[in-house]
Amino acid sequence: MHSAEGELSFWRKYVFSTDHKVIGKQFLFSSLFFFIVGGLLALLIRTQLAWPWEEIPVVGPLIYGEESGNILLPERYPALVTMHGTIMIFFFIIPILSGAFGNFLIPLMIGAKDMAFPRVNMISYWVMVPAFLVMVASFFVEGGTAAAGWTSYVPLSARPDMIPGSGLGQTLWIVSLLLVGTSSTMGAINYVTTIVTLRAKGMQMFRLPLTIWALFITAILVLLATPVLTSGLLLLLLDRTIGTHFFLPDGGGQVLLWQHLFWFYSHPAVYIMILPAMGMASDIISCFARKPLFGYRPMVFSIMGIAGLGFIVWGHHMFQSGMNPVLGITFMTSTMMIALPSAIKTFNWLATLWRGQLHLTAPMLNALAFVSTFVIGGLSGIYSAATPVDIFIHDTYWIVGHIHYVLFGGSLFGVFAAIQYWFPKMFGRTMSDRWGKVHFALTFVTFNCVFFPMFILGERGMPRRLADPYNYNFLASLQPLNQFMTVSAYALALSQIILFANFFVSLYRGRAAVANPWLANTLEWTTSSPPPLENFHTAPVVHRGPYEYSSPEVSEDWLPQDRVLGGAAAD
Amino acid sequence: MGGSLPQVSTFAGPIDSLYNVILIVTGVAFVLVEGILIVFLLRYRRRPGQKAAYVHGSRQIELAWTVGTGFMLFLLAIYQYRSWIDAKLNLPDESQAQVVRVSSNQFEWNAIYPGADRQLDTADDIKAPINVLHFPLDRPVVIHLESVDVLHSFFVPALRIKQDAVPGRPGRLWFQATQAGEYEVACAELCGLGHYRMRAFVTIEPQAEFETWLAEVAARQQ
Repeated sequence: MHSAEGELSFWRKYVFSTDHKVIGKQFLFSSLFFFIVGGLLALLIRTQLAWPWEEIPVVGPLIYGEESGNILLPERYPALVTMHGTIMIFFFIIPILSGAFGNFLIPLMIGAKDMAFPRVNMISYWVMVPAFLVMVASFFVEGGTAAAGWTSYVPLSARPDMIPGSGLGQTLWIVSLLLVGTSSTMGAINYVTTIVTLRAKGMQMFRLPLTIWALFITAILVLLATPVLTSGLLLLLLDRTIGTHFFLPDGGGQVLLWQHLFWFYSHPAVYIMILPAMGMASDIISCFARKPLFGYRPMVFSIMGIAGLGFIVWGHHMFQSGMNPVLGITFMTSTMMIALPSAIKTFNWLATLWRGQLHLTAPMLNALAFVSTFVIGGLSGIYSAATPVDIFIHDTYWIVGHIHYVLFGGSLFGVFAAIQYWFPKMFGRTMSDRWGKVHFALTFVTFNCVFFPMFILGERGMPRRLADPYNYNFLASLQPLNQFMTVSAYALALSQIILFANFFVSLYRGRAAVANPWLANTLEWTTSSPPPLENFHTAPVVHRGPYEYSSPEVSEDWLPQDRVLGGAAAD
Repeated sequence: MGGSLPQVSTFAGPIDSLYNVILIVTGVAFVLVEGILIVFLLRYRRRPGQKAAYVHGSRQIELAWTVGTGFMLFLLAIYQYRSWIDAKLNLPDESQAQVVRVSSNQFEWNAIYPGADRQLDTADDIKAPINVLHFPLDRPVVIHLESVDVLHSFFVPALRIKQDAVPGRPGRLWFQATQAGEYEVACAELCGLGHYRMRAFVTIEPQAEFETWLAEVAARQQ
């Protein structure tokens, strides 16, 4: 296999590749595409909330068409919120974190040639492709795409007579998510096996970078939680197609059963969407603070704590669902306690900065934005966890603000940091740090202008998923604030053009990257940029942990994991 | 909480003050964390030729912030129990309260009141006009909440009450109003294309006026 690169056909090299780096890039480009789609859907939502039922100049006729009078129809608004959530979660955040970075980084950071099951890895991407196609096709079927929310609560999602999107569109939504679940499961099996069995010599579990720990625990979460979603989806599919009544009360089914199954998966899924970003932010912060990560083991244990507690908090999505309120007390207590490991992580990130030598590069700024906005996301969750307060703010914009501070403020700033940090390794070229900072500054400001006001809307009681909130007297005065948020959302979206331009221009014109441009310690930086097929020219041997920055043992302020001290320094 | 919304039930005071307690606790945490972050960013910008401190952590510090934060969070959880139990578990005796069935369907709310026999599901039940709900002031009200089609959520911001109406699984919720007036009901669970206009009005009025209104509705029904 040593000279295999030259022998592979175009198809085997770029399309049906079993190379984890190529598969990672396939996930990267696909999910970035869906980031744009999900973002454009968000702009349509924001436009409606600022100027309900008005014709959008130029764009309106193109999107909504003649037959709807060039404006959004009431039945389309639930479809917009449904697909914005579905696409951002299942086609962007999860695939870019676990699919793109998980694939690309795991073998490189543990010192392996590839994944344990390269063929399964290839299939895990090619199962996503029909999922993409089926979901996109659902927009064009009769009745339109699914419209019962990304949570697809029954009976709305089970009864085609209840909303136009609950026809074929909803069935396709289910089929697509079944495929996504299959893909995630295959990926997760691979990640767990690879990390357990293929670590380089000397790479003990407690020498793994936090990125790998986070991806490892995330994969275990995926393996434990996804089967429950799959079961729920299959039962829903049967209710819709062959007339079973698992969830439909008129045949003895239970409406709340769907919510239990859905959230038993989807609450852990929130951690599937944040833990990898936490891991990557930890590595990036330590590198640019030039200082060992503070509290390595507490950081690892708090990831485990989040994952473990993550399985016993799902009921907090159902406090006002009519579920037995005694359960509300239990779930409130477990939910409050899950804030503890998140708080520990935040304190350790801060302590890592303490007495550091901070290099404020674009990836570092994004990682710090992750920390500062995740704090708001986490603290705002405490209000929702407090069941009496939740009576008022449940299903209002409060929760929309909370989830966006966690997933945009947290995960997405983590993704921005990760893209710019690992870009040189992925593509052998460097992104512009100056344009990275411009993108960061604009994104950080406009992000807060869009999402912080959501807490004000929630505190005023504005329910989510309302196509036109202003026919309520108690919400009428909130339209100007919504208009401000919408204009900020346009600015936020435009700011992303800078990131994409920086990304694609650098892909072809960027400065050639050296092997270790950031002077980082982990193994992926010991091989060339981009790494060759099978990653390492010689199999790495690990001598120490990943965070030996500013070690007194060497004169430089970094000390790679594989360097041999006391003799000839390995290069 | 609630902005300009009035506090018109016995729940409103306790719930809003819990909100304020959390606002203070999280506000302090927010200012501390972000403040420290900003101070560190300014204080520890890199200086050429210097190395960072070679520190891997501290068992004492980890223990201190873990125990401290854990204790705070646990207290915060326990502090909520009373209000939650009052709102959702300690339902008043229905013989002493005004019982109302609130039935929901796409996209309307229907209130059904027991007649002279004080029993629902009998011939003398009184059905109010669509989206019109009246409740007596200063008296416990127990709502039997139902849905006949999909999920809806009965949200009366001024009363600080919200609960899903679940098809096939009737639920109970209660409140006691403390201020007369007319307040809006919003549906808080996505229920279809008309979700955004599933609005009703709650009128809170003294017992005598409430009974007069109910008698008028009953008379029209004959």
